[in-house]
Amino acid sequence: MFDLERWQEIFETIRKNKLRTFLTGLSVASGIFILVILLGVGQGMQNGISNQFENDAANIIFVWTGVTSVEYKGLNPGRRIQMKNADFDFAVQKHKDKLEYASSVNRIWGGMVNYKDQTGSYRVEGVLPDYQFLENAGILSGRFINIRDQENYEKTAVIGKKIQTDLFKNGEDPLGKRIQISGLNFKIVGIYSDPGGDREESRVFIPLSTSQRVFNAGNNISFLSFTLPKMENFDNAMAVSNRFVSDLETRLKEKYSIAPSDESAIDINNTIEDAKKFYGLMSLIKWFFWGVGIATIFAGIVGVSNIMLIIVKERTKEIGIRKALGAQPLSIIGMILHEAIFVTLIAGFIGLISGLFLLELVGPLIETEFISNPSVNFNVAITTVFILVIAGAVAGFFPAWRAASIKPIVALRDE
Amino acid sequence: MIEIKDLHKSYKTGANSLHVLKGINFNVKEGELVSIMGSSGSGKSTLLNILGMLDEADTGSYILDGVPIKNLNEKIAARYRNKFLGFIFQSFNLINYKNALDNVAMPLYYQGMKHKERTEKAMSYLEKVGLANWATHLPNELSGGQKQRVAIARALASEPKVLLADEPTGALDSKTSYEVMDLIQGINDEGKTILVVTHEEDIAHMTKRIVHLKDGLIINDSKVEQVKALANV
Repeated sequence: MFDLERWQEIFETIRKNKLRTFLTGLSVASGIFILVILLGVGQGMQNGISNQFENDAANIIFVWTGVTSVEYKGLNPGRRIQMKNADFDFAVQKHKDKLEYASSVNRIWGGMVNYKDQTGSYRVEGVLPDYQFLENAGILSGRFINIRDQENYEKTAVIGKKIQTDLFKNGEDPLGKRIQISGLNFKIVGIYSDPGGDREESRVFIPLSTSQRVFNAGNNISFLSFTLPKMENFDNAMAVSNRFVSDLETRLKEKYSIAPSDESAIDINNTIEDAKKFYGLMSLIKWFFWGVGIATIFAGIVGVSNIMLIIVKERTKEIGIRKALGAQPLSIIGMILHEAIFVTLIAGFIGLISGLFLLELVGPLIETEFISNPSVNFNVAITTVFILVIAGAVAGFFPAWRAASIKPIVALRDE
Repeated sequence: MIEIKDLHKSYKTGANSLHVLKGINFNVKEGELVSIMGSSGSGKSTLLNILGMLDEADTGSYILDGVPIKNLNEKIAARYRNKFLGFIFQSFNLINYKNALDNVAMPLYYQGMKHKERTEKAMSYLEKVGLANWATHLPNELSGGQKQRVAIARALASEPKVLLADEPTGALDSKTSYEVMDLIQGINDEGKTILVVTHEEDIAHMTKRIVHLKDGLIINDSKVEQVKALANV
């Protein structure tokens, strides 16, 4: 491998056989190039389809409290359970590595909202910044409640599109305007839309801290909401989700002295079962593109092997001459493979880099419904190059070995 | 230099076995110039291939420069070919993407000689065959005679004990043939042992001894009066 004389011999062979080297290189490079593009498009389709169904995959968990129905530790049934900030803090503290988004919500009942002479009755909810993602609220203008609002008890509000059309009749821009919620001034900082439609868009979000302070809710919260991140497979996702839910339930029941069998005091709504279909679809897509990738690599292997066979066939006579001049079989095999691996490796990397370059360049521009951000994992691509080079070497080895072991007199007769 | 005793060789073609050499006994001393003659099918090429270790005999012994040649594996055969033998072929067998100089230097590469050294040595042999000015030309830019002279320079470059020439003038016109034979005679005059396979009477008479083969046996082996090739040019 590090024999300088052999390198010289190989470089000379390459230099003197420019066309052959070029054609070999071209077919290997274009093969890898196409492979990279295909893998990229496959990934893009996977991304696109998974974006389409993203919302269906979300594992959302809501925790409500109600009234106890079972006597426990001498406490009568019929008690109303009220969650506190500490319950939320505890859940987030303990499970922060498992949670994607988390927010506790303080719902204010009977919130009258008015702007100038327009009035309406809307749901008013004190929330944390994460709630935007939990509710899938899309910001149309301005921003959502942020952490500074929460920390500084700001009187800021984010209103739904429906409220905008209700209260701002003459096309005024609501941003920066002040509205009254139950008589208290709030400044509008954002407007959102919600895929749920009018009903979901007729809500006002204000910072949780502010809502508890100005509406005298103390530390009370109405419900908790969490999402867990998407996982590789459904079984894991379900296991994590169920563990989280049961942990939370146990903790709340202990704290508020609720009978373990009491089903009405704590109501947990977990969407994980609904996500099952999506996980099935995703794994189907993954296997499909995995299959496409394998088939493409296989085609690449066949192509490279074919080139190797032709090269060795073409050099049979040269092998005979070299043998008559005293070349040992191993040295001939070594020389042919050395050259072949060198050329395929260089060409493979050229194909790889140009493929990656094209994906980088064009990828972000492609944003159709079913293809999104086509890209290739660099490690996968580089592994592919090595697989092809090794396959080419193996494919070249056998004919080279056969050519080197035929009698020189036979090889010399080859025309 | 070469001692052969009771050499047999047969080829299997399907179910039939073709007995090509049926007991050859044959000695060549150092410095001889021998031609092997015979019609096609007489076994002369087979004999040369066995002498050249390109092929192996079934039975019989072959001693080359005191070394018994038998049970060769590819590796040892390659080493012996490189060390003992130089080949000249009818169809030249030059590597067509290498220039004349690199073709001549090739056996030296397989002797493990460094690039600079082997280029110098190859150049001196090209000069010897009168082609120093053609060193950088590719084989397809050379005439048949020039190609054969490059092949001779290549055969000489490894400084072999014996030169084996298989119909060296077979692809050449008579004038060029005589020029090539003149070169071969010159090399022989310097003391090199040379075996030439030919079916041309005039070429055979330019050697010092003619061995006639027929149906796998030597029917005649006699010294002849050497005709100098130069006289015919």
